[in-house]
Amino acid sequence: MINKTVANAQQALQGVQDGMTLMLGGFGLCGIPENSIQELLRLGIKNLTCISNNAGVDDFGIGLLLQQHQVKKMISSYVGENAEFERQLLSGELEVDLIPQGTLAERIRAGGAGIPAFFTPAGFGTEVGEGKETREFNGKMYLMESWLRSDFSFVKAWKGDTAGNLIYKGTARNFNPMMATAGKITVAEVEELVPAGELDPNMIHTPGIFVQRIFEGKDYEKRIEQRTVRTA
Amino acid sequence: MGLDKHGIAKRIAKEVKNGMYVNLGIGIPTLVANYLPEGIEVVLQSENGLLGMGPFPTEEQVDADMINAGKQTITTLPGSAIFNSAESFAMIRGEHVDLTILGAMEVSEKGDIANWKIPGKMVKGMGGAMDLVASAKNIIVAMQHTARDGSSKLLKECTLPITGVDCVKKIVTDLAVLEVVDGGFKLLERAPGVSVEDIKAATAGNLIVEGDVPEIQV
Repeated sequence: MINKTVANAQQALQGVQDGMTLMLGGFGLCGIPENSIQELLRLGIKNLTCISNNAGVDDFGIGLLLQQHQVKKMISSYVGENAEFERQLLSGELEVDLIPQGTLAERIRAGGAGIPAFFTPAGFGTEVGEGKETREFNGKMYLMESWLRSDFSFVKAWKGDTAGNLIYKGTARNFNPMMATAGKITVAEVEELVPAGELDPNMIHTPGIFVQRIFEGKDYEKRIEQRTVRTA
Repeated sequence: MGLDKHGIAKRIAKEVKNGMYVNLGIGIPTLVANYLPEGIEVVLQSENGLLGMGPFPTEEQVDADMINAGKQTITTLPGSAIFNSAESFAMIRGEHVDLTILGAMEVSEKGDIANWKIPGKMVKGMGGAMDLVASAKNIIVAMQHTARDGSSKLLKECTLPITGVDCVKKIVTDLAVLEVVDGGFKLLERAPGVSVEDIKAATAGNLIVEGDVPEIQV
């Protein structure tokens, strides 16, 4: 079996350069590639276009990249948890493309699946639809949306094997599986890396063909945005 | 005067029927889960990738990898399923979700909804709202009838950037239950202690009143 293992984030991010388009998995802070983000911060690479559902919070996740002004453009669906983001956007320092969440997910899926465009009703008649081709199907109006692809996709999984196969846990799955398919180079960081053969092939969420580099991450903080509990 | 947010949630809960798959937005819609009628089976969809959303966890159960679309920690239930974001929106866009309940800043008498942006002020993004309103079979809006400055949120035309066109079916506010029909907002029920005249005064769009308007029962 082809071995995709690299030793650490430093090796996994070799070749990432200024001006690249990156995809970063996660929903809020759930399922984000913490180790890869730390390495991006250390490298200090700039003028990045980041495709991610959210933009982290001020002091965690992609928010840290924004603080260091490493991001030129964000492509996201919701960025409400990040005051620095809103400030940079309103002041014009940051380019932002806000995309309906389902359209974002499907554009990434389409990128990975080799489908250059598709029609969706989301955003028809709104500013999202401005300048886009529209078409009627069965009496309903749809917008044409195009695929998204990245130079590097950074995804986070629960378990992975040396062949690059991935299993996610809970709602940390979110955008990670689609982003894994849409990267020229996909870097997977996992909480537990095992030899090929130890994961049940029936349980694999992302087949290893989509992953070029895999490493076992460390020191996961897994910060919780809204800790809501009930009394037992 | 009028219903508080729990009252609005209680009234909306009566619209939820046995066997429905339901997506609840953030805010008042989330409260609807607390007031679902006894004895019915309803599956809550959270668009970040969960069907069968359970209650908040106990301290011991808290898991950073289990959140809802509002980023709150939650639990699963027997029969829950977890999936990715593309599959989640296939459920929504493919009209497999029966009912969407969400908040709004404005609704027009044609059923247009605005709830995602205040130009120059609030730029948070639409999240899944545009996908939800473009494809839901049935959309109920939960909101206050008027804004803090007293201006009506039920308008002839939305003034804010819209989230979707011609999609809202029903609105439950602190003052009334209304249905979007050809020609305007049809008044179905009024909150206890609220008169038809009060609702007329608070509604900028065309209000259609036919016969006696019953009080909301919650």
